[in-house]
Amino acid sequence: MSGYQGKKNIPRITSDRLLIKGAKIVNDDQSFCADIYMEDGVIKQIGENLIVPGGVKTIDAHGRMLMPGGIDVHTRFQMPDRGMTAADDFYQGTKAALAGGTTMIIDHVLPEPGTSLMSAFEQWREWADSKSCCDYSLHIDITEWHKGIQEEMETLVKDHGVNSFLVYLAYKDIFQLTDAQVYEVFSVIRDLGAIAQVHAENGDIVAEEQRRMLEQGITGPEGHVLSRPEEVEAEAVNRSVTVANQTNCPLYVTKVMSKSAADVIAQARKKGTVVYGEPITASLGTDGSHYWSKNWAKAAAYVTSPPLSPDPTTADYLNSLLSCGDLQVTGSAHCPFNTAQRAVGKDDFSLIPEGVNGTEERMSIIWDKCVVTGKMDENQFVAVTSTNAAKIFNLYPRKGRIAVGSDADLVLWDPDVTKIISAKSHQSTVEYNIFEGTEVRGGPLVVISQGKIVLEDGNLHVTEGSGRYVVRKPFPDYVYKRIKARSRLAELRGVPRGLYDGPVCEVSVTPKTMTPASSAKTSPAKQPGQPIRNLHQSGFSLSGAQIDDNVPRRNTQRIVAPPGGRANITSLG
Amino acid sequence: MSYQGKKNIPKITSDRLLIKGGRIVNDDQSFHADIYMEDGLIKQIGDNLIVPGGVKTIEANGKMVIPGGIDIHTHFQMPYRGTTTVDDFAQGSKAALAGGTTMIVDHVMPEPGASLIEAHDQWRQWADEKACCDYSLHVDITHWNDSVKQEVDNLIKEKGVNSFQVYMAYKDYYQMSNSELYEVFTFLAERGGIAQVHAENGEIIAEEQARMLQMGITGPEGHVLSRPEELEAEAVFRAITIASQTNCPLYVTRVMSKSAADIISQARKKGNVVFGEPITASLGTDGTHYWSKNWAKAASFVTSPPLSPDPTTPDYLNTLLSSGDLSVTGSAHCTFSVAQKAIGKDDFTQIPEGVNGVEERMALIWDKAVTTGKMDENMFVAVTSTNAAKILNLYPRKGRIAVGSDADLVIWDTDAIRTITAKTHNSAAEYNIFEGVELRGAPLVVICQGKIVLEDGNLHATSGVGRFIPCSPFPDFAYKRIKARKQLAVLRAVPRGMYDGPVSEFSMSRGGTPSASARTSPTKQPVRNLHQSGFSLAGNPAPCGPPTPDDIPIRPAGRRIVVPPGGRSNITSLS
Repeated sequence: MSGYQGKKNIPRITSDRLLIKGAKIVNDDQSFCADIYMEDGVIKQIGENLIVPGGVKTIDAHGRMLMPGGIDVHTRFQMPDRGMTAADDFYQGTKAALAGGTTMIIDHVLPEPGTSLMSAFEQWREWADSKSCCDYSLHIDITEWHKGIQEEMETLVKDHGVNSFLVYLAYKDIFQLTDAQVYEVFSVIRDLGAIAQVHAENGDIVAEEQRRMLEQGITGPEGHVLSRPEEVEAEAVNRSVTVANQTNCPLYVTKVMSKSAADVIAQARKKGTVVYGEPITASLGTDGSHYWSKNWAKAAAYVTSPPLSPDPTTADYLNSLLSCGDLQVTGSAHCPFNTAQRAVGKDDFSLIPEGVNGTEERMSIIWDKCVVTGKMDENQFVAVTSTNAAKIFNLYPRKGRIAVGSDADLVLWDPDVTKIISAKSHQSTVEYNIFEGTEVRGGPLVVISQGKIVLEDGNLHVTEGSGRYVVRKPFPDYVYKRIKARSRLAELRGVPRGLYDGPVCEVSVTPKTMTPASSAKTSPAKQPGQPIRNLHQSGFSLSGAQIDDNVPRRNTQRIVAPPGGRANITSLG
Repeated sequence: MSYQGKKNIPKITSDRLLIKGGRIVNDDQSFHADIYMEDGLIKQIGDNLIVPGGVKTIEANGKMVIPGGIDIHTHFQMPYRGTTTVDDFAQGSKAALAGGTTMIVDHVMPEPGASLIEAHDQWRQWADEKACCDYSLHVDITHWNDSVKQEVDNLIKEKGVNSFQVYMAYKDYYQMSNSELYEVFTFLAERGGIAQVHAENGEIIAEEQARMLQMGITGPEGHVLSRPEELEAEAVFRAITIASQTNCPLYVTRVMSKSAADIISQARKKGNVVFGEPITASLGTDGTHYWSKNWAKAASFVTSPPLSPDPTTPDYLNTLLSSGDLSVTGSAHCTFSVAQKAIGKDDFTQIPEGVNGVEERMALIWDKAVTTGKMDENMFVAVTSTNAAKILNLYPRKGRIAVGSDADLVIWDTDAIRTITAKTHNSAAEYNIFEGVELRGAPLVVICQGKIVLEDGNLHATSGVGRFIPCSPFPDFAYKRIKARKQLAVLRAVPRGMYDGPVSEFSMSRGGTPSASARTSPTKQPVRNLHQSGFSLAGNPAPCGPPTPDDIPIRPAGRRIVVPPGGRSNITSLS
C-alpha cells in the first residue's frame, strides 16, 4: 500500500467530520461490521467504539451495507459532436452519477483529428473543474497517429496523471487507425506503462454495410444495428487482442455489447492475455430490439456503438460473465443526446449522434440483475462497480476500498428499495431513458463524496465545481506485474551460424517483379527515418546461448506406433 | 451429369485398359469390381465385364483402387524476381504423378497492376506446353479496381476459373484492405466464385520483421519469429467475418497452425461456409528446423504462413482433417534452389518462400492419418481428391471412380514403405523438407487419362499431355447453402411516420465525432448496383432479426417477473 497519488489536492476540501455507526462494511474481499469515522474527506478510523470529537454528525446505518462509492470508468459528458454537445454536461452528468451511488467518473477526452492532445486535455480539464460535482479522471482518445502524438502521450503520462489511451478500430476515415498504427500505439503505451483501450468494431466492414443499408432504403435506427452486426465487434476484439499479445501491452476493451465479443475476451483470458472487458449499463440492462420501435425518437435513443444486440438473452449472458470474472469492470458510456439532436439523422441513421444514458442507473441495474438473482455476491458487486476499476487505473486503494487513509467516497446501500426507472424522474436532461419502465431492486440510501453527504433522504445536495481531478500514475501493479514478467521472458535470439558461402542467385531489383517472398519494402533498412523502438528501453536482450544449440531435432527416427496408438484422436474431445 | 470441357477429350489417344480384382474406394464406400477404361474415360465398372479382346489388363489382386489425387495448391514455374522456381510444370507434374496425384491446380500470380487475363494466358501457355497431367488454375487477385473486376467476371464466364485468392499479408505488395476484401468477396458471391485467402496479418508482420532485424536476427528463425501463429489465426478470423458478412464461400489456403485450424472449425460449427486447406508441410513436419545450424536447410523450410515451432501441430491438423473440420489438402509446392534461397542469406525477409510436397502429399496423409487410425480409406479419398473436385465443381468428372468419370486412378499399396530423401525425389530442389521420414503407403500403379504413367516403379510421364480443365461457377458443394442463405437474408426497414419534431443545427464541415460516419456514407461512393445484388425489397420476406414490435416492446419492460435468487437466470448454464 504505497502512498496515494494526488495527495496534494486534498487541502481544497473543507473540513467535514462524519461518523457512520453500525454499518456492514463491504469491500471486494470481505464484509464486516464496524463504525467508520471520516475527516477532511479521508477515512480516519474504522472499528468499534471509536474515539471521535464531540458533536460530530452521525449517521446510523442500522446494519446496512456501506460500500466504496462506484467508479464509472466510461463517461462522455459534454462531448462535442459536429457543433452540438452531448446533452449532459459535467454538472448534470456527475449529479446523475452521485444520485446513483457513483462517486467518481472517468471521462474520455476526444481530440478532433488534427488538434493537439494537450489542448484537448486542457479543454476537458477546464470544463470538468468548473462543473464536476465528484472526483474525476480522464482517458485520452488517440484519433490519429504521428510522432507528435507520441511526445504528447509521454507528457500526459509523466506530467498530467493520464494512464489510459483509447484507439478506434471503427469510424473509418475519421478516427480509425490501421493495424500497423495500432501496433505502434500499443508499443508506445506499453513502454509508458499505460493501458491501451480499444473501441472494437471493424470500421471498414461497417462502412460497407452502412452503404448497403442506405442503398436498400433502410434509413431508420434499425439500419444502425443491421450495419454493425455483432461479429464485426467480435472480429475487432480478436484483432486487438492479437496486436496486444504481440506488443505485450495490456488491453482494455470498452463497451462490450455482445455475447461473441465477450466470448473472445473470455477465451483470450483463458489463454493468458492481459485483457479487461467493460460491459456498460446499456448492454447489461437492455437490448437492441428497440431499434425496431415504430417511434423514431425512442428507437434513436438507443443508438450507440457498438450497438445493443438484438439478441434479448445478451444482457443475462453478460451479467453472468461479469459475475464469474471474465468481464471485470463496468462503465456507462453515458453520452445522451436529446431528440432534436438525434433528429439530425432522421433521414440517415449513420448521422444519428451516438450515445446512451446509464451513469445514474449503473449500480442499481447491476445489483438487480446480478446480486438479486444470485449471480454474484455483494463483494463481487463492489469489485465490478468500483475496486477493479481503481486497480486497473492505479487509483487503488485511495479509491475502490474502505480502509483507513482511503478517500471518504462511500455509499450506504439499501438492497430492498425498489424503483421504476423513468425519464420523468431521472437526473439526465434527455427526454428518453433507455431503461424506461424497468423496475430495479437496490439503490443508494446515503451517498458520501469527499467526506460530505450528497444524497440523504432522497435529496441531492451537490456542489458544482467541487470535483477534483485525480491523477493516475503509470505502471499499475494490477496490470503491469504480469506484463513486466512477460517482457523479461520474451527474449528472442538469433541462431549463431557460420556464414553461408554457397552460390547466390542473381535477382533483378525492379520492384515490379517482387513476389510474396519479399516484404522488403517494409523492412527497417529502407525506413531509417522511423526507428520505432529504443532497444535500450525494451526488455529484450540479445545475449545468452540457446539451450539446445547442439541438439538438432532428429526427424529421421521413426517411432512405430500401433494404428490408433500414440496419436490419439479422442484426445481432442 | 454432363462434364465441363468435354470438348477437350479427343486430344487423348485411344487407350484401353482393364483393372481386374481391385477394391474400388470412393469417398462414400468401398467395393470389389473390375474397371474398364477407354479413351481416358471409365466405361464400365462391375464383375465379368465384356471387353474387347487383347486389352491390356492389370491384376490388382484385391489392392485398393482410388481416384487419382488432386493437389489443389501448387506454384510450378512461378516467376520470382527474374528467376523461376526450380520445378516447372513438367518437373512438378511428374513429381505429382510419382506420388499418385493426377491433377494439380496451380496459382496464377499476376504482378500488382498487371492484367489478370494476360497472366492467366501466360500460365495456360506454360502449362499446356509442359504439364504431364490435367490441371486447372486459381487466379490470385493482387490489386482491386473496376478493370480487375471486369477481368474476374471474364475469367469466370469464359476462361473456366472459379476460384480467386486474395492476400491479407505482404503489405504494400499484394495485401488488400478490409474494404477491398469486402468488395472482392461481394463480387465473387454474386458471380459464383470461391474466395481463397492467404491469411496472415501483414501489417503486424511488417512491424515484427522490422523489430527482428533491428535486434540482429537475420536468419531463417526470424521468419517464424516475425510470423507467430496468432497472426495467422487473427487473419483467418477476420476473413471469416467478412465472408460471413458478404455471404461468400471462403477457402483458407495453407492452414499451418493449431489456432488457425481451431478458428476454422469453430466457424464451421457456427455454420459458416468455410473450407480449410492444410498442406503437406503442415501435416508432415514442423517449424523447429528454422533453428537448424545449417542455413541452407533452415531456409528450405521457409514458407508463409510458417511451419509452427510446436511439434504437436502436424498431429493436431491430421486429426482435424480426419474429423472433417479441415476439408482439402494441397502441397503449396513451390521450390527454390539453395542459391535462390540464398538471396536472403543476410536478411530472412528476402528468402524466397515455398516448400516441396506435391510428391509426398498422398503417402504422408496415408501414413499420418490412415495407418494411425484417425481416418479410413474413404475419408482419405475425400480429403486427397473428392472434396477438392467438389469445391472446384469438377465432380464427378474428377474425384470419383464411376462410369463416365475421367480415368485418373491410383492402385494404392498400403504396405509399401519408403524413406523420403532428396536423392530420389522427382523435384529439382536440393533439399526435401521431409528428408529421412519413413512413410507407409505408396502408389503401385498410377493411371492418368487412361494411360499407365507409373508401373513397377517406372515413371512414363509425357510432357504436354496435360489438359486444362475448366471449372464452372456456383459449385453446388459451396453454393447450395449460400443460395439458401441469400433468400433468408432479406432486410427491411421499419415503416414509420415522418419525424416532424425539432432538429438540431449541426456542422458537416468539421471532422465530426464517433457518431458521424458520414464521410463514408453511400451517397458519395455508390459501389454496388442494386440490380445485380441478390437482395430484394419486394415481396413479403421472412423476418430477419427480431420480429417487428408494433409499438409494443418485445418484452414489456415495465413488467417484472420475480424470480428467486439464483433462479431463472442460471449462472451455471454458461459453463
